[in-house]
Amino acid sequence: MKKVFVNEQVCMGCHLCEVYCLLKHAKTKDLVKAYKKESPRALSRIRVDESGIVSLSVRCEHCADEPCVRACLTGALTRDPATSLVTVDEERCIGCGTCSLVCPLGVPKLDKSLKKMVKCDLCQDEEIPVCVANCPNEALVYMEEEADVSGVARDARR
Amino acid sequence: MPAVNQVKYLIIGNSAGGIGAAEAIREVDRVGAIAIVSDEPYPAYSRPLISEYLAHPYPVEKMLYRKPDFYEKNKIKTILGEKSVGVKPSEHTLKLESGRLIKWQKLLLATGGAPIIPSMEGMQLKGVFTYNKLDDAKAIDEFLNKYRRTVKAVVIGGGLIGVSVTEALVKRGVEVTIIEMKDYILNTILDTEASALEADALSHVGVNIITGHTATKMNSHIAGEVSGVALDDGRALPADMVIIAIGVRPRLDLATSGKIKTNRGIVVDRTMATSSADIYACGDAAEAYDFVLGENRPTPVWPNAYEGGRVAGLNMAGKKTEYAGGTAMNALKYFGLNIVSAGLVNPPDNTYETIIARHNGVYRKVILKKGKLAGFAFAGDIEKSGIIYNLMKDGINVNDYKQALVADDFGLASLPEAAWRAKLAKPSASAVLITTTEPPEEPIIGD
Repeated sequence: MKKVFVNEQVCMGCHLCEVYCLLKHAKTKDLVKAYKKESPRALSRIRVDESGIVSLSVRCEHCADEPCVRACLTGALTRDPATSLVTVDEERCIGCGTCSLVCPLGVPKLDKSLKKMVKCDLCQDEEIPVCVANCPNEALVYMEEEADVSGVARDARR
Repeated sequence: MPAVNQVKYLIIGNSAGGIGAAEAIREVDRVGAIAIVSDEPYPAYSRPLISEYLAHPYPVEKMLYRKPDFYEKNKIKTILGEKSVGVKPSEHTLKLESGRLIKWQKLLLATGGAPIIPSMEGMQLKGVFTYNKLDDAKAIDEFLNKYRRTVKAVVIGGGLIGVSVTEALVKRGVEVTIIEMKDYILNTILDTEASALEADALSHVGVNIITGHTATKMNSHIAGEVSGVALDDGRALPADMVIIAIGVRPRLDLATSGKIKTNRGIVVDRTMATSSADIYACGDAAEAYDFVLGENRPTPVWPNAYEGGRVAGLNMAGKKTEYAGGTAMNALKYFGLNIVSAGLVNPPDNTYETIIARHNGVYRKVILKKGKLAGFAFAGDIEKSGIIYNLMKDGINVNDYKQALVADDFGLASLPEAAWRAKLAKPSASAVLITTTEPPEEPIIGD
């Protein structure tokens, strides 16, 4: 499946990926309104982790061994067999955070107003995810993942 | 539907472990007959959601763990609402309460846990409940519906089940008193400080918590009905209802009937196989590998049940797989306070190192042994806790950056480059990512 990858060497930590992700999930399509008028403010599904000169734009990688799907207490997290996309069914999510606890990247976020977990869905209604489209430095790329060469041993590792 | 008399895979238990196994079997074997037997009459539902059910109108359909067509789609036969009474490993049979025998080639005991009932006077009284399954929540719901006034409840046990039922009861307007034998509530999964935060949240909504005491008997003023609880210090607590929430113990009777080796739980190896050929066990009934302790013990939490069930299923279907192990792990959200904990939260001796940070109402604690994580608890902000959990699970030595683990700005970038690179997926054309550590430099021409 196509995923978003970070080109860490050219990521300056500008956080525009977060800004446009937030806007994508806001009710308004106006950036200023999204930040200043909407209450509660929409949540970005992306996190930029920084330490010194290293900055990493981190989001759900829809990983093959899907620890979040397996750990989900309610069955709210599922993988779509057709698209390979891992998504949260808001109807069934209780916002307990178990998915975030088992995620190697710790990416599912708790939306405190909705009391639901939220995560990246790769902007299904866009041609390319808005974070990639709005990255000024092409630090984010949207393409196929490297084939999993490790094969069988995945269950043993998680 | 004709009665099932013979299947390739027989699963006893229709919850996380049983479903995990069935899904794994179907990944390997699309056709081998699977049957799931359960003494509960419902399709698999999310057990933690019984508190949502009790708290407010919450339809059973919304509690379903899998889509309604799950069993049909995966060609799984179900025998629901019927108790299993005996296993004969030598004959590969299971006996149901009705007397019917089912022959199997591979058997999974995902029998779960049963509430611990103390031997105390008055346990049979009306108004005394356990809290472990949907029918328990239904019984309490019906009981509450009869009252027009404020109901008083005593919850015996301040563990997960006790706090969970308390939250639901409070939402129903019930006045709750929790009695906890130890010094603080949630003592098996939290340290004193995180527990105190939870206790504050409970007190804030009017819950009365009594620690360091036990109930000695149920009081009854009206014949056959509970009217309160007597404590070990002579106090009498009036109550319309009492919830027994001391804990659960593995259900071992089926394993015992087949002379399968049990300890505290059903003994399994890393493939989730029991001492008896072709019989596997998982979930709350079993004691599986704990990667923090490096030994087997019961860790009765939902994700471990699913994971263990999955490994059992793969092995039952012939795909040799080892269980990587689980550990005690919980994500709580009672009364709006989010807490996660995993592994050891109270170091058993002084060979462990503890690092704590308190900042802006957020509490973070990590416990290390010889530079590796042995446990942690985060309260108030659980984001990124998954990074910590996986560092612990993978047995990574974090000594060089251990202080960063509890920092507000902790994240992937806090790890050494090799560690975060290993965690991120790689694109098919690796060349698009610049991975040299030295950026190309142009000669600077002086002016």
